[in-house]
Amino acid sequence: MAKITAGVTTSHVPAIGAAIDLGKTQEPYWAPVFKGYEFSKRWMADNRPDVVILVYNDHATAFSLDLIPTFAIGCAARFQPADEGWGPRPVPIVEGHPELASHIAQSVIQSDFDLTIVNKMDVDHGLTVPLSLMCGQPAAWPFRVIPFAVNVVQYPPPSGNRCYQLGKAILKAVESFDQDLTVQIWGTGGMSHQLQGPRAGLINKEFDQRFLDGLVADPAALATMPHINYIREAGSEGIELVMWLIMRGALDPLVREVYRFYHVPASNTAVGHLILENRAHGAR
Amino acid sequence: MALDKPYADIPGTTVFDAEQSRRGYHLNMFCMSLMKAANRDRFKANERAYLDEWPMTEDQKQAVLARDYNRMISLGGNIYFLAKIFATDGKSFQYAAALMTGMSQEDYAKMMLDGGRSPEGNSHTGEKRSG
Repeated sequence: MAKITAGVTTSHVPAIGAAIDLGKTQEPYWAPVFKGYEFSKRWMADNRPDVVILVYNDHATAFSLDLIPTFAIGCAARFQPADEGWGPRPVPIVEGHPELASHIAQSVIQSDFDLTIVNKMDVDHGLTVPLSLMCGQPAAWPFRVIPFAVNVVQYPPPSGNRCYQLGKAILKAVESFDQDLTVQIWGTGGMSHQLQGPRAGLINKEFDQRFLDGLVADPAALATMPHINYIREAGSEGIELVMWLIMRGALDPLVREVYRFYHVPASNTAVGHLILENRAHGAR
Repeated sequence: MALDKPYADIPGTTVFDAEQSRRGYHLNMFCMSLMKAANRDRFKANERAYLDEWPMTEDQKQAVLARDYNRMISLGGNIYFLAKIFATDGKSFQYAAALMTGMSQEDYAKMMLDGGRSPEGNSHTGEKRSG
């Protein structure tokens, strides 16, 4: 039986990917960001999953305004890193897990979440930057990845509670898969940031800390927070944080907080990062 | 009955909702076309001629030519699509963000290093700013 052992959340700022790709990680501006992921890379090496379900958003790359799926699951065997306008990132091809992905699609749709099934899709920095932060620069990614894209570009994204409940449906789907697989789920994006208009540059550390605390200890309450609070308090792009609730819904109610990191700024954004283990499955 | 838009009173912020998306469809799809190198070359060679291939409004075309990102947003542009324009110009997200705030890029970068723009006084239109 497949099981979800742990969850990871992290921001996916494109400039972080550029800093890695251009060898700038030791520069004074970037060093504190990457120092914050040193533990995480060791933890990844010690707790390597077979598959990561990677919840992220596409940034006008695979999906334009021609097609805007609220929830889309990647069921392909592989996904190419996208050319976002300046050439694809020099990172490995992302190997999928079509059997588990299509199993999740069927199970989750039968649990009343109408996913869009994607069999061909390039993946942008929203997916590849978290992989780089957690794994460094390997020749091949050390696990399979199921891309799970959420619309947070055109308002409204799905509600926090919808995301949280979807996480539970994903957990049920994974646990009904017959192969013995160790699975992690990652929620990416955030934390507070606004990239547009005269209010660009908004950062709300207090909101971010409350969000991190709530996500660990009382996600059901956090999931009731309406969209307007995200936008008003954490910035128009801070609303990406709803994706973290999908990750949290797929974990046990009680989790062990293994690691937390928070840093301002990376370009325009507050970087937040958590590693959470299900107590029953946690290492050590 | 009109849709509830509780975000209308957030200062300096345009939420890219269904109405904005409808208004900006062709503007954003023009931006999307700049994902291809050949299109970027044609756009750079003659911006006006390239823009005229798209059924955009004259206001939208003028805003693109002027690189007036706040105006593009008010006319339905979304920042992730508009990013294709400043990427074509070889500019960063931080450059564009600074431009939209009316700050120099240096001052904007310093504000971010100092912890970013405070939510205090920036959450509701007409709210009193501290300091």
